[in-house]
Amino acid sequence: MQYVDEFRNPDVARKLASEITELSSMLMQDRNRPLQIMEFCGGHTHTIFRFGLQQLLPQHIQLVHGPGCPVCVLPRGCIDVAIQLANQANVIFTTFGDAMRVPGSQQSLLQAKAAGADIRMVYSPLDALALARANPDREVIFFALGFETTMPSTALTVLEASREGIDNFSLFCHHITTVPTMTAILQDPDMRLDGFIAPGHVSMVVGDKPFEFVGAEFKKPLVITGFEPLDILQSIWMLLKQLSEGRSEVENQYTRVVSAKGNPAGLAAMSDVFEPRERSAWRGIGDIEQSGVQLTDAYKHFDAEYKFSPDHAMVEDPTACHCGDVLKGAMQPWQCPLFGNECQPKHPLGALMVSSEGACAAYYRYADINALKDKQPAQRITL
Amino acid sequence: MSFKPDDCVTLGHGSGGRAMHELIHEFIVEKFANSQLSELEDQARIPLAQLAEYGSQLAFSTDSYVVDPLFFPGADIGKLAICGTVNDLAVGGATPLFLTCSLIIEEGLSFTVLNDVLDSMRRAALHAGVKIITGDTKVVGRGQCDKLFINTAGIGVIDPSYNLSAGHCKSGDCIIVNGFIGDHGAAVLAARGDVAIQTNVQSDCQALHDLIAEMLKVCPDIRCIRDATRGGVATVLNEFSRASSVVIEIDERSVPIRPEVQAICELLGLDPLYLANEGTLVCVAPQHAAQQLLSTMRKHPKGQHSQIIATVSDANEPIVSMRTVFGSSRIVDMLEGEQLPRIC
Repeated sequence: MQYVDEFRNPDVARKLASEITELSSMLMQDRNRPLQIMEFCGGHTHTIFRFGLQQLLPQHIQLVHGPGCPVCVLPRGCIDVAIQLANQANVIFTTFGDAMRVPGSQQSLLQAKAAGADIRMVYSPLDALALARANPDREVIFFALGFETTMPSTALTVLEASREGIDNFSLFCHHITTVPTMTAILQDPDMRLDGFIAPGHVSMVVGDKPFEFVGAEFKKPLVITGFEPLDILQSIWMLLKQLSEGRSEVENQYTRVVSAKGNPAGLAAMSDVFEPRERSAWRGIGDIEQSGVQLTDAYKHFDAEYKFSPDHAMVEDPTACHCGDVLKGAMQPWQCPLFGNECQPKHPLGALMVSSEGACAAYYRYADINALKDKQPAQRITL
Repeated sequence: MSFKPDDCVTLGHGSGGRAMHELIHEFIVEKFANSQLSELEDQARIPLAQLAEYGSQLAFSTDSYVVDPLFFPGADIGKLAICGTVNDLAVGGATPLFLTCSLIIEEGLSFTVLNDVLDSMRRAALHAGVKIITGDTKVVGRGQCDKLFINTAGIGVIDPSYNLSAGHCKSGDCIIVNGFIGDHGAAVLAARGDVAIQTNVQSDCQALHDLIAEMLKVCPDIRCIRDATRGGVATVLNEFSRASSVVIEIDERSVPIRPEVQAICELLGLDPLYLANEGTLVCVAPQHAAQQLLSTMRKHPKGQHSQIIATVSDANEPIVSMRTVFGSSRIVDMLEGEQLPRIC
């Protein structure tokens, strides 16, 4: 298949892997701990596991799976509010498919649907808006999820709803942003990461500027990366190259999609419709300031929370759950005592076991668990 | 019984009165016309001697069909209801002979649709060499079912020289599929219209009895065959691995997937190994017979794209793994539920 096969060529992969080994072996001469590279985005985690990329790398390169799966970081309280909204009379609640199985404190959306709530899976916020048009006597709520990748489509949908004067459409807005979270990771005193594989689709929207602080302030190299296996291998090589030359810059490996300016039309729509929220809750991590968005005053009437004032009860993460440590790259999934025992894809305790982009679900599905459990626990760091 | 294009099935057609009598006797029975059905007793009667001609063991299976939409590229619920049950019998080595047909109809279903579905069932049954010899029809209120549900049960007979079972896989065996995987799942997904995808992919829905008969002729010691319906090829391989306590390793490069299906999967974050098929079989054969079996399959119109996709080996723990195009390895486990499209 064109535009896919070229980026999955095994011969090129082998060549890249051998150059990575050569370059990293040189770097290892001056260090006594492994090279740790964080892929921030869940899409990258998925590719790494699906193609077994870690197995192509030398042992002294460790890939640390970051918090960039928007479904995984949904707190239980957020799912509870979503279900509350969905359970109201006359509401059609719409959501992306992979949020359906995320556990709330009592139920998931899938269970709420089975219990009678009108919850429907959509592929785009425009599908939700079409439902609102087709059902003028019902309120259609869209569960707006995701990083900057999905934000433009939500923003444009709100603008379209406003233009058409549709008043039975609203958002339960849980969009989150990349930079504050990366900053939180970088500010941790025990942070040992050597570089970042940065999210390609987020960068397609925001461009490369927002990531410059990583090199400028924290002296870490960062490469904006595509989602095919060769993209990721090439990025690792580019990160090592920067390290070997003592550089810490933003580089763009994903030039076929990402431009330096990002997507100006998308950014304009986003800044029209959204403003930073004072703080947003992340599962396993807690509150991070300015890490999410809410609707601006001009579009507040599209905010389902404003329209329906649901209760926001504080719901703690399950106490035995180590999702937070895994999300911060401080613990490997298989080192969590719940992993594969109480917490499995069929009854996930933590959200990382839910989505195929979640690090735990990826390990559970794609890796040989018993072989992993025999490994020595890695050193833990805390945020 | 004649009907106008606008005529719909009403609750009256299920109430036991004249309308129901007309629907069953003059519409359904006429479609599937055969002597056993036309007797219209409360049960079909099959002489045991007739069954014994085909073998010594009775195979008996049932399946319910609830697909949405009722018509999709390559097939429809009627063809599916025949082929699905025929395949469930045939993969056990049985010659499929008789089917039942139970219809659960939502009031308001147009007679044109019902007519088309029944015609499709008639054609599929004729092709598969099976007779529909008994059945039932119910009409339910609006919202109590979705347009039309069909259940078919089937009887076939197994030749005593075949002994197929998921528990028979042995180290060294080869695993063969008869063609491109995931076509049905992709076609139905696109036809459902939730995603704006235009594609030429057609469901692979087909009865596999004739292909399987050829396969068993050249290789009577085939270990087992399953049709890879819901849960796809990955789920069948996991069933084999668990039933036989063996490791199965898939070679990613050898799995036949149409570029269109691959593209739909890439777009939605789905894995074709888990997509449903309705005319794709997965067969485990001893290594020594695999090549001959493969070439026999490739000569058959329903097996032209057959491939050996995996091998079986011994291990402490039953696992299905995939050797990727890069030579790395990953686990291919059963799904926990439905495959959900990824967010981005």
